[in-house]
Amino acid sequence: MRLTIAVAAMLLALTGAASAKEWKEIRIATEGAYPPFNFVGSNGELQGFDVDIAKALCDKIGAKCTVVAQDWDGLIPALLASKYDAIAASMSITEERKQQVDFTERYASAPVSFVAPKDTKLTGVTPADLKGKIVGAQSSTTHATMLEDVYGPEGVTVKLYPTLDEANADLKSGRVDTVFADKIVLLDWLKKDGADCCKILGDVDDKQYARYFGEGIGLAVRKGDQDLKELLSKAIADIRADGTYDTIAKKYFDFEIY
Amino acid sequence: MSDILGSLINLDLMARYGPRFLDGVLVTLQLVGISFILGGLLAVPVALARLSKNSVPRALAYSYVYFFRGTPLLAQVFLVYYGAGQLRDAFEAVGLWTLFRDAWFCALLTFTLNTAAYQAEILRGGIRAVPGGQREAAFALGLPRWLTFGKVVLPQALVTALRPLGNELILMIKASAIVSLITIYDVMGVTRLAFSRSFDFQVYLWAAALYLILVEGVRRLWAVAERRLTRHLKPA
Repeated sequence: MRLTIAVAAMLLALTGAASAKEWKEIRIATEGAYPPFNFVGSNGELQGFDVDIAKALCDKIGAKCTVVAQDWDGLIPALLASKYDAIAASMSITEERKQQVDFTERYASAPVSFVAPKDTKLTGVTPADLKGKIVGAQSSTTHATMLEDVYGPEGVTVKLYPTLDEANADLKSGRVDTVFADKIVLLDWLKKDGADCCKILGDVDDKQYARYFGEGIGLAVRKGDQDLKELLSKAIADIRADGTYDTIAKKYFDFEIY
Repeated sequence: MSDILGSLINLDLMARYGPRFLDGVLVTLQLVGISFILGGLLAVPVALARLSKNSVPRALAYSYVYFFRGTPLLAQVFLVYYGAGQLRDAFEAVGLWTLFRDAWFCALLTFTLNTAAYQAEILRGGIRAVPGGQREAAFALGLPRWLTFGKVVLPQALVTALRPLGNELILMIKASAIVSLITIYDVMGVTRLAFSRSFDFQVYLWAAALYLILVEGVRRLWAVAERRLTRHLKPA
């Protein structure tokens, strides 16, 4: 009994100390393999949208920032092991991840889009617009699940492919009328292989389908670090307000990313 | 009882995907059944060409069999399906695009060509196993060549070929699972869909059971066919 009280007292002291901790230095991890969000530049330094945002947030808070790279699968485990204090790696806020870590307010959304041939007769991307048409997507993705749940019952045929490349090949050959995937990835394809054939048909509001696509992209912190979470969330609102955010976003994207 | 069953089989999952699995079985059966029969019909001329004294049909049939037996079925399916997609304009010009646009047709075509190559080899072996005396006897009786082939050689060749043909059909049933990669919902396609939604490995067990049932059906069918084809060999 006495031991339990002692342990409890110690824990209390520890958490008390943690919450009183001044955030003079914040260590932030990113993946470094997901351009243009985060990648290792030609000079060997971490760069990208996530990295710039992270540095801007630290400036706002007035803390010194160290950005480190960590493989995707190890990002959350190493955060929990206190190797660093936050993750800025285009990580979608999902229920599953919320079991492990806390997220700040979102600093970007994960837009999802339909692409179609340039001469398509389609004009919209609602289930009604696509009735009787064939939509391609990559199987085992949230996109496929959303299509089957929302578009399938409305009379849209969903064709699922092992990879997005194959869906895009069939879009080019006309076997599917449109393909549905992450906008960033599709834009990349439209710049290269799909430049001659296709265009963005329209975006889907990912917040409306948050059940499938998460609530956007946020920084992840340990559940104990409520103060850091609030500091970062407030800093996100601050850089949104003073224009720093837009300056950074324009550097990487020619569309609204928030 | 239902508790024990429930722990072995996820009944919710069964209720949600059961009907789709049955559709998948139908797709697999149609695809394999039709392509096996068409392939069998195509195999007869190919086998005869392989045995021809004329070197031109012999070389053509040899190359055909060589290619389709020597390359993976998956590669052939992708070649036809995505290859046709690349050559869309050419196919449209000859009015064949409506056929090649359809994944099911592409799969059926590839499977037919593939199994015809294997069946032709099996048939060729069967034909060669018919003793020469049979042909000579038919010749002595004045039977025309086509009648000799249809009534004397082929039935005896089929007795030899029957078991290997059954093997080929079983291999086709299992190989047909690859059509799930070109968006067809056969047994495997439905399984992959159900797994990607539920993350329950159990669905692969269901797929295995369904394939087992299909193969068992073939086995029984073949036992009946063999009894019928060899009825003249039975002691009276």
